[in-house]
Amino acid sequence: MNSVFVYCELEGAQVAPVSQELLTKGRSLANQLGVQLEAIAAGSNLKGIENQILQYGVDVLHVFDDKCLAPYTTAPHSAILVKLFQEEQPQIALMGATVIGRDLGPRVSSALGSGLTADCTNLEIGEYEDKKTGKVYENLLYQIRPAFGGNIIATIVNPDHRPQMATVRQGVMKNEPAGKGKGEIKNHKVSDYVSAADMAVSVIDRHMQKPSHHLDTASIVVAGGYGMGSREGFEMLYKLADALHAEVGASRAAVDAGFVDHDRQIGQTGITVRPKLYIACGISGQIQHIAGMRESSLIMSINQDPDAPINAIADYVITGRVEDVIPKLIRHYKEISK
Amino acid sequence: MDKFNIIVLAKQVPDTRQVGKDAMNADGTINRAALPAVFNPEDLNALEQALAIKDRFPGSIVTMLTMGPERAKEIVMEGVYRGADGGSLLTDRLFAGADTLATSYALSTAIRKIGKYDIIIGGRQAIDGDTAQVGPQVAEKLGLNQITYVEEVLDMDSKSVTVKRVITGGVETVKAPLPCVLTVNGSAAPCRPRNAKLLMGRKNYEVPAWTVADVNADPAKCGLSGSPTKVKKIENIVFQAKESKRYGDSDADIAALVDELAVNHIIG
Repeated sequence: MNSVFVYCELEGAQVAPVSQELLTKGRSLANQLGVQLEAIAAGSNLKGIENQILQYGVDVLHVFDDKCLAPYTTAPHSAILVKLFQEEQPQIALMGATVIGRDLGPRVSSALGSGLTADCTNLEIGEYEDKKTGKVYENLLYQIRPAFGGNIIATIVNPDHRPQMATVRQGVMKNEPAGKGKGEIKNHKVSDYVSAADMAVSVIDRHMQKPSHHLDTASIVVAGGYGMGSREGFEMLYKLADALHAEVGASRAAVDAGFVDHDRQIGQTGITVRPKLYIACGISGQIQHIAGMRESSLIMSINQDPDAPINAIADYVITGRVEDVIPKLIRHYKEISK
Repeated sequence: MDKFNIIVLAKQVPDTRQVGKDAMNADGTINRAALPAVFNPEDLNALEQALAIKDRFPGSIVTMLTMGPERAKEIVMEGVYRGADGGSLLTDRLFAGADTLATSYALSTAIRKIGKYDIIIGGRQAIDGDTAQVGPQVAEKLGLNQITYVEEVLDMDSKSVTVKRVITGGVETVKAPLPCVLTVNGSAAPCRPRNAKLLMGRKNYEVPAWTVADVNADPAKCGLSGSPTKVKKIENIVFQAKESKRYGDSDADIAALVDELAVNHIIG
């Protein structure tokens, strides 16, 4: 039976968190379908990479190890996936909705003439009836994603084309190793897949910066919206975050107004977070923001407007001005944590 | 001095910030008539990169290409008013309902019709779908290299282009042979405004409208029939309202809340 494939994105010698989440999901989809889970690792100096991958119940790991595969460029990686998928005929192929996955996925899907759904937030297996022909398809991949600025949730299927391809956002799925699967490793000869013409694009320089925040793994997130009023207003949030050992995020409205940098945007077009505690400060709660934080365990909203939409999904609502409430929060917290 | 032929891919999109109840059709496609139509924001960033190349290499030609209903001619005109030399609209009922693959096929046939191109530039993604797929798929269909997430075109010569692109946790400088496809981020330089002289001088520009037949496209690969992905269902988002605990902004209230969070080991 045709397998479920996961493309493992590599950051240096590390498998990206989103790929681990996809391996977790891929294993459960494969179980449901009664098929194998196969993984792909393509990069350079991959000795020992299996130690990060096989623990997710992977049955077959395809390794492509060659200098030409790092740093990532589009053509060699897509050449590998296109040929491997032609050989192996997966029914499902998943990758992260990251800079790399969103560069690679469409290229591969176009070459194979198969459909691709971007930025999924959930994947399920189910049936589909084509309304025109009446034909019923069993065991299709439901590719579920917000669309239209986060205002709707669409369920997309690929009835007739394989593989069913999807990119998935980081942080929306669990990361839980399922234990060892069959664990077969196939070391492929890269030159069978990649030609000299695939090396036409070159990375001539690369600067990696230390991440300015760890929003994706923070257990407490303090997020500010347009209601913070200004860039100076955001200073208060950094103080609160300092006290609570939290990270600072923002709504799109706050980013668009220039209060905070774009890389801290939480929501449909930004980061997805699921902390223990989410403190929304002066955030009204547009759907596109809620899409990126609704999975938080506890939500606190501080807002002048008692009827702010975000209050409907909040566990704790403080009605008041952020500039009054936040200093009090800091003060009382410092008192009890002395 | 080098001169370049530049094609800008741009889309007229429903403004997803103003979605009402009648925004969706019963079949799950978008009811574009019910929404204000705007120039997709990142396509404006793409247009600016194209116009900046033209500034640096006078005599370069910037050609707009869009697909959509008749009114999407506005996109071509908007480009012309900001400095593009001309452009065309792909419009045909057979193109309707296209997913990204069918869209990129249609655009690639139009690009082949235009014929001369050194560089094709579009926005990273459109605000109605947020997929970022059409650029890479157009590149694949034309057999060209692609560079996505471009922040700035740094340099060009007759054979290659060098760009700065933003990747997860850093920036890269990447060099690709021409012709190639670039997709540009919203954080790139904003587009210059309309030029008053062009607004007067070019207002009678006739935007050519091309049908499936005009670009020699295979109707089976266009529109709904050329789309491997199907919409199974569309749901409006309904949030489960929670039973919230309410507090005022008094010291007593906030102290009580902080205590509760601390007792439950949520903070501290």
